[in-house]
Amino acid sequence: MVELFIILLSAILVNNFVLSRFLGICPFLGVSKQVETAVGMGAAVTFVMVLASAITYVIQYAVLEPFGLGYLQTIAFILVIASLVQFVEMVIQKSSPTLYQALGVYLPLITTNCAVLGVAILNIQEEYNFIETLFHGFGAAVGFTLAIVLFAGIRERLVVSDVPKPLEGFPIALLTASLMSMAFLGFQGLL
Amino acid sequence: MDFGKNLFNGIIPENPIFKLMLGLCPTLAVTTAAMNGLGMGLATTVVLIGSNVVIALIKDKIPDKIRIPAFIVIIASFVTIVGMLLKAYLPDLDKALGIFIPLIVVNCVILARAESFASKNDVLNSLADGIGMGLGFTLSLTILGSIRELFGAGSIFGISVFGGGFEPAIMMILPPGAFLTLGLLLGLLNKVSASK
Repeated sequence: MVELFIILLSAILVNNFVLSRFLGICPFLGVSKQVETAVGMGAAVTFVMVLASAITYVIQYAVLEPFGLGYLQTIAFILVIASLVQFVEMVIQKSSPTLYQALGVYLPLITTNCAVLGVAILNIQEEYNFIETLFHGFGAAVGFTLAIVLFAGIRERLVVSDVPKPLEGFPIALLTASLMSMAFLGFQGLL
Repeated sequence: MDFGKNLFNGIIPENPIFKLMLGLCPTLAVTTAAMNGLGMGLATTVVLIGSNVVIALIKDKIPDKIRIPAFIVIIASFVTIVGMLLKAYLPDLDKALGIFIPLIVVNCVILARAESFASKNDVLNSLADGIGMGLGFTLSLTILGSIRELFGAGSIFGISVFGGGFEPAIMMILPPGAFLTLGLLLGLLNKVSASK
C-alpha cells in the first residue's frame, strides 16, 4: 500500500511529467491559454493515459514477450495508442455528446502526446506490476493536469501584463515554465 | 536548384525549433550537454530522412483516410532501426538519451514534415527537406546543449573552458535551466530579427 502511494506521489510531484521529465511539452505550451481548455485537455489525457497503461502492459507481457518480439515494442505501443484514441473518441461521441463536445478537439491531439507513449515505456522499464502500472499512469496524468492547469492560470494573467516586446508569446511562457519547474524542484526532498 | 533551396529552408528560414516550435520535448530534455544534443539531433535526422524518402516513394499507394497511421508505422520502423543501431554501437549515448530514443516516434517535427512536405513532393525534394530539417534540428539542439553545458558544467563537448576556479551553475543542467535557456534564446532571436 505504501509502495503504491509513493509511486503516485512521485509521479505527480517529484517526477512531474511535464516539469521534470519533459514529456507532453507540446500540449503544455499549446493548449494552456485558458484554464477551462486546460482542464478539458487534462481530463482527456488522464482517461487515455490510464487506459493506455493498462493495455500496453497486457500487450507487452501477453504478446510481445512470450513470442520474443520485444524489438517491436515502439511500433506496437504507438499503434495501440493511436487506435485507442480513435476508439475512445468514437465511444464518447456515441455515449455522451456533451462530454464529446467538451473534449472533442483534444482527443486526436493525444496520439502525438509523448506523455502517453512515455508512460507506457516507463511502466515497462521500471518493471512495475499491473496495479503499480495503473497507479503510475494515473499519477503521471494527474501531474500533467496539475502542471497544465496551473500554467494556464498564470498565462491568463500574463496576457494583461506588460511584457517586454521581444519576450511576448512563447519566450515569456517558457520563462514562466522555468520558474514553475524550479518550484517543483522543491519536491525533490519529499521522498 | 530546388534541391538546394529545400535543403537550406529547414536550417535557418524554417528552423524546426526556433521558428516552427516543433519537437520541444526532446529539445528540452536531452540538451544537458552539447554531445547529447548533437547525438539526439543526428538520430532524429536519420529517422526524418528515412521517413521522408519512403513516404514520398509510396505516397500514391497510401489511401488518404489511413495516411496518418501509415506514416506512424513507417516512422516507428525507422525509430526502431536507429534505436537498435545506437544500442549496438554507441551504448553510452543510448543510455544518456534513454527513453527519448523510442519517443522520436512522437516527435511532431517528423510527422509534420511527412504530412506537409513528403506527402506532396517527389523523392529528391523530400530527401532535401529531410536533410535540411534534420540539420536545423541538430543545430538548435547542439547550440542549446552547448550553452547549458558551458554554464552548468563549465565545458563544451567535455572540454573544460573556464578552468578549475569556475563554480558551475548546476541549475542550468537541471530542468529549469532548459526552459530558461530556450526562453531567453527565443527572446534574443526576436530582438535581433526585430532590429533588422
